[in-house]
Amino acid sequence: MRFAIVVNEGPYTHQASDTAYQFARAVLAKGHEIFRVFFYHDGVNNGTRYTVPPQDDRNLQKLWSELAESHKLDLVVCIAAAQRRGILDANEAKRQGKDGDNIAPGFRISGLGQLIEAGIEADRLVVFGD
Amino acid sequence: MSTLHTVNKSPFERSSLKSCLDHVSAGDAVLLIEDGVVGARKGSQFAGALAAKNGACAIYALGPDLAARGMKASDLVDGVKVVDYAGFVDLAAEKSRVCAWL
Amino acid sequence: MSETKKKFLYVNRKAPYGTIYALESLEVVLIGAAFEQHVSLAFIDDGVYQLMDGQDTAAAGMKNFSKTYKALGDYEVRKLYVERESLDERGLKVENLMPVTYEDEDDDYAEKPSLIVVDRAEMSKIIAAQDVVLSF
Repeated sequence: MRFAIVVNEGPYTHQASDTAYQFARAVLAKGHEIFRVFFYHDGVNNGTRYTVPPQDDRNLQKLWSELAESHKLDLVVCIAAAQRRGILDANEAKRQGKDGDNIAPGFRISGLGQLIEAGIEADRLVVFGD
Repeated sequence: MSTLHTVNKSPFERSSLKSCLDHVSAGDAVLLIEDGVVGARKGSQFAGALAAKNGACAIYALGPDLAARGMKASDLVDGVKVVDYAGFVDLAAEKSRVCAWL
Repeated sequence: MSETKKKFLYVNRKAPYGTIYALESLEVVLIGAAFEQHVSLAFIDDGVYQLMDGQDTAAAGMKNFSKTYKALGDYEVRKLYVERESLDERGLKVENLMPVTYEDEDDDYAEKPSLIVVDRAEMSKIIAAQDVVLSF
């Protein structure tokens, strides 16, 4: 079965990203497919590589990046939500005249259409939020 | 054609558990996750509301979230079943849609 | 674009302005309209406040996006389900909500209401009839 996952909150303040991550791992362990993970609202903050959590804590950005790498996951950060919150890839940084980008490996910035497409293409869409 | 409903907040903080229970259809499943698990504790203010729905619907609590909050299956309202993340995935797959009460 | 046509329900349970969810939910609805799916919006609990008439955010210094609900008809979004019990619990009446209409091309472009007041039991059935439920 094909799943789509939506993450509406950033890391650490809310458990949403942790739960979504554990759910994603369980989906894959069961042999299901993940069509896309879509990061919306403050969820876009999962996609910055500039977070430096304490060493004895989990690094959610890294966990997502590694899961994306090992399972060829499509991690999409909503562009409109990202722009509000300062999450940029190299293209966007250049386009907006900003001095650097911060997008983490395995994440890409794209439009809200990617969320609707995920709803259409996946058999189940599961939302994690506040 | 039934639905899996998820509730992730404590009923002592938010109205999402009440709202969810008010909108479930017979045959649906309700899964309490994150702080939502505190609503399933035996003897709590919400035990009656959960017990009343348990039957027409199946009520579940996410084990890892119970454990993280110092709770275990025997602390829960009778009939509430404990699942892990794999069980969460199974419930999502078995039901026709997932509705999150955020 | 995919041939599949699914039933999408956007569930709104939060008042506007206190959090960004109402505004960003609306942004999804607008983009989603281009995908020609079956779209409905549900306003439950404090979500009914999103449709309040006469919203004025000037003194609060925030962007007023309430006019966007009135434009939804132009995006073929014509089903805005409002829960009666949620209104009652909050001391609200339908008359307190903004008029939202669409032009029915099958009826000489007559203006028809998009707000549909339903009771809780009907709302449960609406949820149970969806393919995709997006909660904000």
